Amino acid sequence: MHELSIAMSIVEMAEEESDRRGGARVSAVHLKLGRLSGVVKDALLASYEMACEGTRLEGSRLAIREIPIVAHCAVCNQPRVVESLQWFVCPECGSPVSKVLEGREMEVVALEIEEVEACP
Amino acid sequence: MNRLVEVRQNVLKQNDLVARELRQRFQNAGVFVVSLVSSPGSGKTAFLEKTLTLLRQNFRVAALVGDLATDNDAVRLKRAGAPVKQITTGTLCHLEAAMVSKALEGWDLQELDFLFIENVGNLVCPGSYDLGEDVRLVLLSVTEGEDKPLKYPTIFNTADVAIVTKMDLAHAVEFDAAAADENIRRVRPGMEILKVSSKTGVGMDEWLHFLSAAKAIRTAQQSVPSC
Repeated sequence: MHELSIAMSIVEMAEEESDRRGGARVSAVHLKLGRLSGVVKDALLASYEMACEGTRLEGSRLAIREIPIVAHCAVCNQPRVVESLQWFVCPECGSPVSKVLEGREMEVVALEIEEVEACP
Repeated sequence: MNRLVEVRQNVLKQNDLVARELRQRFQNAGVFVVSLVSSPGSGKTAFLEKTLTLLRQNFRVAALVGDLATDNDAVRLKRAGAPVKQITTGTLCHLEAAMVSKALEGWDLQELDFLFIENVGNLVCPGSYDLGEDVRLVLLSVTEGEDKPLKYPTIFNTADVAIVTKMDLAHAVEFDAAAADENIRRVRPGMEILKVSSKTGVGMDEWLHFLSAAKAIRTAQQSVPSC
């Protein structure tokens, strides 16, 4: 269960980014999460809520986009989506695939920041 | 009004940064680094003890061992006569690159040929953290069942070599070696699989041979001038 420490890193990153923008309020964090990242989405969502408590991020939303596993098929010479974590094969030709191109990501891609109304 | 601001930052960038620095240090010093992951009780420490004992005859070796609490493993490993340092993680379920870096303070890496890093017994979390190692081993004991790789595909996929341990018990537990190999290669096609018994020494020659060959290849790759 390392999702909590990962959630804390995400909160920390968002706070730093908010600082750079003069303490703007962050309403959502957008995260790319690969199926091979070793992180469980639901556990991360629950941990995120905990990690936000008492911080500026409290009440913010974690929007997770899951990234499928893409591996290079040497037989087809094409990138292919690996459908099962339990079986690394090319869905087209059935050959085993070992060169993973995508699916390990754990990346904060964007923040939703609340715009402060300018003083009249 | 909400505004979307692009960030693009790897959540583990701090760990990856430290791991990259470590990898560079290891390469500069010419030390080959092997990390070990497995579930608790799969025989990591016994395997490491045997490895250190045998390898010490021809090489300079050392080990770091991670555990939540106690230094029992370090005490055991010291019997092999090699320098060993315990990393106690407290409640953390895995090692991170910064812990490795800190544990290495005061050690002269130039004095080593091989460094082993035994991770906390856990088949989930260590998979996400690069430690700067050259080779990551995943251990699976014959008593755990042949389908373990299918249950924990991520850690098997992120490792480079699978070591099947406790082969001396294979017969007693009716271990199906072919099924285990097939499951390992389903989640990590082409993976090198070695079968050993730390108790009887079966398979250790092959393992040591693999290690020295891997180190030689790494050294040869390094000496190729890059443009």
